[in-house]
Amino acid sequence: MRIPLGWLGEMVELGSKVTPNDVMAELVKVGLEEEGSHGGDISGPVVVGEVLSFEAEEQKNGKTIRWCQVRVATSGDEEIRGIVCGAANFVAGDKVVVSLPGAVLPGGFEIAARKTYGHVSDGMIASSRELGLGDEHEGILVLSSIGLDPEIGLDAIALLGLDESAAEVNVTPDRGYCLSIRGIAREYSHATGVKFQDPVLSIDPVMGTGFALEVKDNAPIHGKAGCSQFVLVGVSGLDAEAKVPDWMVSRLKLAGMRSISIAVDITNYAMLELGQPLHAYDLDKLVGGISVRRAKAGEELVTLDQKTRQLHEEDLLICDEQGPIGIAGVMGGARTEVSSSTKSVLIEAAIFDPISIARSARRHKLPSEASKRFERGVDSSISRAAASRAARLLTELASGSFSGVGAEYASAFEPAAIEMKLDYPGQLVGVEYSADQVVASLEEIGCTVTKIDDLVQVIVPSWRPDITHKTDLVEEVARLIGYDKIPARLPVAPPGRGLTSRQKLRRRVLSGLTGAGFVEVLNYPFVSAEQNGWMGSVGAVELENPMQSEASFLRTSLVPGLIAAAARNISRGSTDIALLEEGSVFLPNGGSAVTALPAGNERPSEKILAALKASIPVQPRLVSGLLAGNWLPQSPGQHSIPAGYPQALGALEIVMQQAAVSFELEQLEIAGLHPGRAANVLVAGKVVGFVGEVHPELASQNHLPRSVGVFELNLDEIFALAPDLVQAQELGVMTFLTQDISLVVDFQVSAADLIKSIVTGAGELLEEIRLVDDYRGKGLDAGQKSLTFSLLYRANDRTLTQAEATAARDQAVELANQQFGATLRG
Amino acid sequence: MSEKLTPEVVAQALQESLSALAAVEDAATLRGQKAQIVGENSPISRLNALIKAVPNEQKAEAGKLVGGARAKLNQAFEEKEVKLESLAANEALANEKVDMTAAPKFLKLGARHPLSLLMDQVSDVFVGMGWEIADGPELENEWFNFDALNFHPDHPARAMQDTFFVKPVENHLLLRTHTSPVQVRSLLERELPVYVLCPGRVFRTDELDATHTPVFHQVEGLAIDKGLTMADLRGTLEHFARVMFGDEAKIRLRPSFFPFTEPSAELDVWHPDAKGGPRWVEWGGCGMVNPNVLLAAGIDPEVYSGFAFGMGIERTLMFRNGVKDMHDMVEADVRFSTQFGSVI
Repeated sequence: MRIPLGWLGEMVELGSKVTPNDVMAELVKVGLEEEGSHGGDISGPVVVGEVLSFEAEEQKNGKTIRWCQVRVATSGDEEIRGIVCGAANFVAGDKVVVSLPGAVLPGGFEIAARKTYGHVSDGMIASSRELGLGDEHEGILVLSSIGLDPEIGLDAIALLGLDESAAEVNVTPDRGYCLSIRGIAREYSHATGVKFQDPVLSIDPVMGTGFALEVKDNAPIHGKAGCSQFVLVGVSGLDAEAKVPDWMVSRLKLAGMRSISIAVDITNYAMLELGQPLHAYDLDKLVGGISVRRAKAGEELVTLDQKTRQLHEEDLLICDEQGPIGIAGVMGGARTEVSSSTKSVLIEAAIFDPISIARSARRHKLPSEASKRFERGVDSSISRAAASRAARLLTELASGSFSGVGAEYASAFEPAAIEMKLDYPGQLVGVEYSADQVVASLEEIGCTVTKIDDLVQVIVPSWRPDITHKTDLVEEVARLIGYDKIPARLPVAPPGRGLTSRQKLRRRVLSGLTGAGFVEVLNYPFVSAEQNGWMGSVGAVELENPMQSEASFLRTSLVPGLIAAAARNISRGSTDIALLEEGSVFLPNGGSAVTALPAGNERPSEKILAALKASIPVQPRLVSGLLAGNWLPQSPGQHSIPAGYPQALGALEIVMQQAAVSFELEQLEIAGLHPGRAANVLVAGKVVGFVGEVHPELASQNHLPRSVGVFELNLDEIFALAPDLVQAQELGVMTFLTQDISLVVDFQVSAADLIKSIVTGAGELLEEIRLVDDYRGKGLDAGQKSLTFSLLYRANDRTLTQAEATAARDQAVELANQQFGATLRG
Repeated sequence: MSEKLTPEVVAQALQESLSALAAVEDAATLRGQKAQIVGENSPISRLNALIKAVPNEQKAEAGKLVGGARAKLNQAFEEKEVKLESLAANEALANEKVDMTAAPKFLKLGARHPLSLLMDQVSDVFVGMGWEIADGPELENEWFNFDALNFHPDHPARAMQDTFFVKPVENHLLLRTHTSPVQVRSLLERELPVYVLCPGRVFRTDELDATHTPVFHQVEGLAIDKGLTMADLRGTLEHFARVMFGDEAKIRLRPSFFPFTEPSAELDVWHPDAKGGPRWVEWGGCGMVNPNVLLAAGIDPEVYSGFAFGMGIERTLMFRNGVKDMHDMVEADVRFSTQFGSVI
């Protein structure tokens, strides 16, 4: 909301030196946040001058300029200045606005005497736009055209109100009344203690009669009638082309509205002043009386913006005998619009149900100045005053006169009464407010307060429909007395249990992986269907209103985001990368939808709550990593070590160790991965993720190198399979024996399978087995490999003999031979 | 040709050995010649054979004579050995000298994302006060995100939140616009009193620019207990502010509006270390939990009261750590995360 200070000053004493910043500093104390200041950026000398004579001079560039002699003071030859002017819309004798050297016009435009077109121009004759008065720039401002004939030399800044400035504050949705100068003035009074002069009290009310009006709501929303008040006042004999006075143009402009025509400007002006939206109909275009009702199926209306609107049965309409002439509180119809030929108008001031208006405005995508105010609640006591204010302005500024025509409808209004214990504000805020402070604060905001023992009964003012509960009253008391009076006290929470095991696992996994060299990133979850498809996802959650249509799905894997992030890093010169992300993915298999939501102010039944919880898609938290380039770059005495699936496997081991679970790999083809370099990760027989290398084609398509290591693990599932508590094993302290064995097998046999075989065959004496070599080539048949394992044996109850170790080894080799045809290499 | 064991013979043998010892110049040679100098082949050892020939009554004296010479030799040998081994060790160390600034690299350095670290740090502050950390789903049912938080379906406050809706919209699913639905779930599921902090990711349809991002992070706190007041809210926020911004930090509350709190306030923090000098910075919103929110969770607002607060993690990182552009936080550039180490 923009507040021209001169306007505000008509309702509260501001003092002459007050700036927009001063006003905003006061208003922020009562909850109106500062947004900025406007206007006021003009300084003198800017005076009224008279063009005595001029000569038109054609220039080489084809332009014709006028070399003018302009008198800028009442007497003395030296007060006649030579000024070059490019406009031609004036004659000798016209009075104009002259900016003299030293003046600064809006936009920081400094005026100085300067040489131009062969003359020294000793100032500038200004246009309306140059003065910040409007968008009019067809020539200079001739004062007689706006009905002015001031004395030569007069200060034009004061004459035209050019020094008006405005403060802008943000109005929260609960304070509809602050979308008016009247409401802001009231708040300024609360903030500063200066007296508020209600402009409504000085309006001489007008009342018309005899116009047919019917208000009928067959389909109230939530049982609330769409229209509770409707006032019509007629004004006839209008000059619809009357000039809008500059002060009004200037104030509207400062308030952020454009001047359109005298009738429209006046309704806007009165709305800004009082907060009551108004509409003016061309009385001669109306057919019969007016009715307020809900729309019928199939009805249409061409609105002021010339668009045909399909009306919805919930839309509240203003109609004449021919049909709709406006969507109530949102926008009027084109058929009854006022125009330059309008002679008589009917002004409407009404109170509509906020919900009904909000729905219509949203449905037709027509957020208007009127709907904004109705949605937030309009003062229900000023309809007639506001209509009268507009009517009076029309008689004053557009030569209209009251026709006596009009109508008035008002349903019974029952102001809300709230009961509150006097000590309640203190209890909730933590400040010991006295009973007098509580009562005085509530009275200051306009409440009628009745004290009954330790209770107050509070009738809230008509402009505060947002106050419905005693906590609303508490806020009023607290903000009027000041939030700065609230002391600080640290509450003591009951003993907590620290982070949950699941939260701790997340942290350990992140520290473990970043400790090992991965860099954590946080990618957006928005992807394309194609990106989800890379990792084999068949369905995904789709957004109704994505930021970009090419990323309208939610991710089902973290890998596509990591691929994009890796490509971005590589393009910026970070070619050796190991990225890590921990975050949610969104699976399409949600529960069943709940299409009718329960009310918000009571606890739903357990059954409904369970349904609400089950309605959302499954969103597991995953941890994924992606590596490209070198894991370690070349350094003195050390070759570079390329990144790929081995580091992804290492990362996988870190995650599993942090969760204290053991895992197995099952090598197979996986979508998005290299067909020969991919494995599922299993914990207790359950697939919890995958590891391998990104498919080289996918890597190349995304400008990544050929070998890109990748892993993705479902942390929720790993957590579910992880032990709550690890039981310690007894450590063997007897002498150990070690052996290395090399087994020759077909190269298709996996090391993991062979290890299983050896472990089973060797029995419980085998404490540790490590694969130390994988040899293929000379000395072996084609299609064979030799795997060398380092074995460590120990018995917990005795010193092991070499013979026992050898026997264990022989059993292991025998089983491996049975299962995989393995033979001991000589 | 039998030689007699005389003092001269012993002295000569000792002298022979000492000369051989003196000729050795390095530890390796000494180790190689140990047998010749002091071992079985040494001149002194050879004297043992002569002792056998000495008459019994003179044997003790002969043994003493030879033993004395051996003791002298052994002592000289040990001294020489210590000296040469020490020289050898020093030489080996000297040969092993490297340029420590030109070492090969075997370990890789990673980094946490500063936003993720900052959320952990905030969590730790509250865990330290006995609060617990609550999480919830990012894709939510509208009821938890709006209705239960006193956002009436037709209230303009609902339009203040630029919400991402999920298709089809009649299923009422959305990306949460704040972490407040976690508060609702906490109230529904936990036993009173409740003191929880909800850090997490939230979504609003803002275009990415220097100060906005459609995906960002929040922490929200919620305390519901008997007798909680706005003074408790202020105390909690002041403690939090001091941990985050130093002992000089303080907070300021300004009246505001949120559907889920009444009274409501905007929260400013006095940032003593702000670039360009100490100043007030807008930090978040807060207030006393609206009775309708308590009712939605089945809690009697006449018995319990409480407060809630929330702030943006990105914004906090921006003014606290001098991050100038939101792009740096969302573009996953490894240089951004690594510059922080783990210091947040």
